Amino acid sequence: MRFAVLRFPGSNCDQDCLRTLQDNFGQTAEPVWHKQSAVSGFDVIIVPGGFSYGDYLRCGAIARYSPVMRAVAVEAKRGTPVLGICNGFQILCEAGLLPGALVRNRGLHFICRQVHLRLENNSSPFTCAGRVGQVLRVPVAHGEGCYYADEETLHRLEDANRIAFRYCDADGDISPQSNPNGSLHNIAGILNEKGNVLGMMPHPERACEERLGSSDGRLVFESLLGPALAATR
Amino acid sequence: MKDPAITPEVIAKHGITPEEYERIRGILGRDPNFTELGIFSVMWSEHCSYKNSKPELKKFPVAGERILVKAGEENAGVLDVGDGWAVAFKIESHNHPSAVEPFQGAATGVGGIIRDIFTMGARPVFLLDSLRFGPIEKDAPGSATNRHLLSGVVSGIAHYGNCIGLPTVGGETWFDETYAGNPLVNVFCLGVLRHEEIARGAAKGIGNPVFYVGAETGRDGLAGAAFASRELTEESKEDRPAVQVGDPFREKLLLEACLELLASGCVAGIQDMGAAGLTCSTCETASRGSSGIDVDLDLVPKREDGMTPYEILLSESQERMLVIVNKGQEDSVRQIFEKWDLPYAQIGKVTDDGIMRIRAGGEVVAEIPASSLTDQAPIYHREAAEWTPPAPLDIASVPETDLQAALPRLLAHPTLARKRWIWEQYDHMVRNGSVVGPGSDAAVFIARECGKLLAASVDGNGLITRLDPREGGRRCVAEAARNLACSGAVPLGATDNLNFGNPQKPEIFRQLRDAVEGMAEACRAIGTPVTGGNVSLYNENPSGPIDPTPVVAMVGLIEDESHITGQSFRGAGDDIWLLGEREAGLDGSQFLLIVHGRKEGRPPQTDLAGEIVLQDALRQAIRDGLIRSAHDCAEGGLAVALAESCLSGDTLVGAEVELPADGLRADETFFHEAPGRIIVSSDPKNRDALAKYFSGRGVAARRIGTTGGDALSLKLHGADISWPLTTLHAAWDRSLGDLMDTVAEPLAAH
Repeated sequence: MRFAVLRFPGSNCDQDCLRTLQDNFGQTAEPVWHKQSAVSGFDVIIVPGGFSYGDYLRCGAIARYSPVMRAVAVEAKRGTPVLGICNGFQILCEAGLLPGALVRNRGLHFICRQVHLRLENNSSPFTCAGRVGQVLRVPVAHGEGCYYADEETLHRLEDANRIAFRYCDADGDISPQSNPNGSLHNIAGILNEKGNVLGMMPHPERACEERLGSSDGRLVFESLLGPALAATR
Repeated sequence: MKDPAITPEVIAKHGITPEEYERIRGILGRDPNFTELGIFSVMWSEHCSYKNSKPELKKFPVAGERILVKAGEENAGVLDVGDGWAVAFKIESHNHPSAVEPFQGAATGVGGIIRDIFTMGARPVFLLDSLRFGPIEKDAPGSATNRHLLSGVVSGIAHYGNCIGLPTVGGETWFDETYAGNPLVNVFCLGVLRHEEIARGAAKGIGNPVFYVGAETGRDGLAGAAFASRELTEESKEDRPAVQVGDPFREKLLLEACLELLASGCVAGIQDMGAAGLTCSTCETASRGSSGIDVDLDLVPKREDGMTPYEILLSESQERMLVIVNKGQEDSVRQIFEKWDLPYAQIGKVTDDGIMRIRAGGEVVAEIPASSLTDQAPIYHREAAEWTPPAPLDIASVPETDLQAALPRLLAHPTLARKRWIWEQYDHMVRNGSVVGPGSDAAVFIARECGKLLAASVDGNGLITRLDPREGGRRCVAEAARNLACSGAVPLGATDNLNFGNPQKPEIFRQLRDAVEGMAEACRAIGTPVTGGNVSLYNENPSGPIDPTPVVAMVGLIEDESHITGQSFRGAGDDIWLLGEREAGLDGSQFLLIVHGRKEGRPPQTDLAGEIVLQDALRQAIRDGLIRSAHDCAEGGLAVALAESCLSGDTLVGAEVELPADGLRADETFFHEAPGRIIVSSDPKNRDALAKYFSGRGVAARRIGTTGGDALSLKLHGADISWPLTTLHAAWDRSLGDLMDTVAEPLAAH
């Protein structure tokens, strides 16, 4: 498969995403510069983590105006899978491709640690290799990862099964104690209405090798690759 | 604005002595003007010229077969790591700025050291930090200020490193009243590059254009180098304009643009504008290139109007670089810097007359032989006081205490407690290489660019150095090497940060001299050349100098992934071994300081020959697959080291340990801090092999217990003290966060 990894000024997980896709999954992955106005011919678009435009004004608030984001919106509408990780999730919310917003962590500090996620929906292209209730260990690294949306939006997300991941403990229990940043409903990742856009604060690309502490993040890429990965075997 | 006249007061205010002023007149053959006086004052400050420490720094071993760029040659040393790959690394302090404005002071310290690394043509891949603060316990005097400094420094480092996308993978933090009001903030950065990618900071090629790239120049950080070369006083707050303001986003762009520019092959020389800004970068590149440089300040991108030549030259605005470009390739600079939306300007050219010539408003405003600024600074051989070795501690004067309570108390002390509150604020995982992250003896990192497994540790012990400077110097080097050995690595090289008080005081200069000699002795014995470093003097506050704190960061290489070893026990049923000799005494121990409030005694001496045998033997045992975990016995002694091995893994693993009666008191046995001791665990099936192995190599090795259970039990003299792991873990894991966080957790459930 062919992956696009967007590159904004201040992106800093772009290289990690490219290397993970190339080295761990043997895929074609190419950087796409933010000034490009087209992003066609790719099977998946990844909006990586980092501090696009220094996170000035508000996380993702400037990146959404990049020419490439208009192209991403077109591709998303056509059904191309779009995965926003960390700052990428923030950008997708700012761009209106996902509802809600990411605000300052409850504890006010930046937090980098391994957390547990419960998979809530396995019908999306990003999660279809998993089972509902499965617990994954994946790291977070963010200062503004507290998911916020109004009551109505939260209801809509819950009712349409659009919550992909929730923060939980090692046993899969969801509680305030297992919520690292104060996200409403312990939300760690959400899908758009069509299910082809996923935004998540945790970093699956950092959890693809046991030696780095976990390989549970492979599930996201294996889901996307499903048939393609099987074909290469 | 008209420049002030040069009066004795103006000269003194620039930190220039009457003798130094005469030297300047001799060099110029005339009186300097105000701008030139400013240039000399920053270039001849301790920070830039090392005028008080240079004779001492010459004592470090700098040669080695892996050395590609030697200490002092460039912004950072470069070492070969095999297969055509190299590492550039260095440690640097930002103590004074952090004392005045902790967030920006620490942030710009990170920015500065990162620039030093990519200036060498290397891609920076990770950071370490070494920090010192005054006491933060709620009832300690000045604790609110100390907490403010800790909080500001940590968020400053996090702000800068996280934004750039560099993981802080390790470090150390100590708390002691000696650092109240004068915190130490030392940051290390390592980058990787191909041998052929090494860039030089020399102005080569007569007629080559000189470019200014990066952020605009403003009035911030005026003469910060001179500020850093003074003692801190009550009035230092008024120096706040001497602290720079950092913009990590700009630095990230500058980093990417510079690496792209270097790859394009158009660069003849490159130098960052750090301390002393435009002044230092222009005269240093000219001096290294044995050339001259001619620069027009009217062409420099500026943030504000009306800046005088003096202000432009002495500004320490951050995120700026000077690039000398091969004539005819100017378009590469334009293309790349426009792509990254960064300011750039051609501001001058390389000349052949050896003069640093500065123009403004159509006139020459400074004209100084470039090498006089870099090579003709005065060198002071300071007077050293006589040293009287401290009296050994009389153990009978130490009352025996409740040891059941002492261990949790030590583990909860900020110096010994887990530093999770600090490193969770750092993105320590970005770049996907952190195999062993913060909180272990050494960090282990895969540099994805080259696939090399690098290990790194940073160490320093101000208390030991205060009691015995030479031993303090030896010990930090031996400990760093031991930490690398525990991780399975061979040490390659070291970088030093010398944090001391005012060297004009004979007592302080003696500490500096002896500590450097101790470090040099240990580096020579272990075979790790010093590739460069940093000197921070005048670390004093109104109540006196800091405890002398030499810090060393050492880098090693792990040959095979299977050799990577951690400090935590891996599971139940393993043998626990203590490698190294047991000795008596509590001299210079953290136990004596924390429990009895005493900084006393004659610290046990590092046996360098024994240390090398020990480290080689451990490394070989690791390679032979005999070792499951290895942990250096350092601050807090045997009991704290055992507790850390029980507590620091993903799951808690207990231990039952029995120590033979040998006439020592229990507190000595538990908390004594002799260097050269390591706790390892291994599979019992290797018991005989391991015993033979160590005795054959002359390493004292004693099997002291077994892992397993949900407690740490120490048996001694027939008595048995046992601590539930959950109690120890709570004390060790939560204490720093409990002291620092006032935010209530968690919110009510939704």
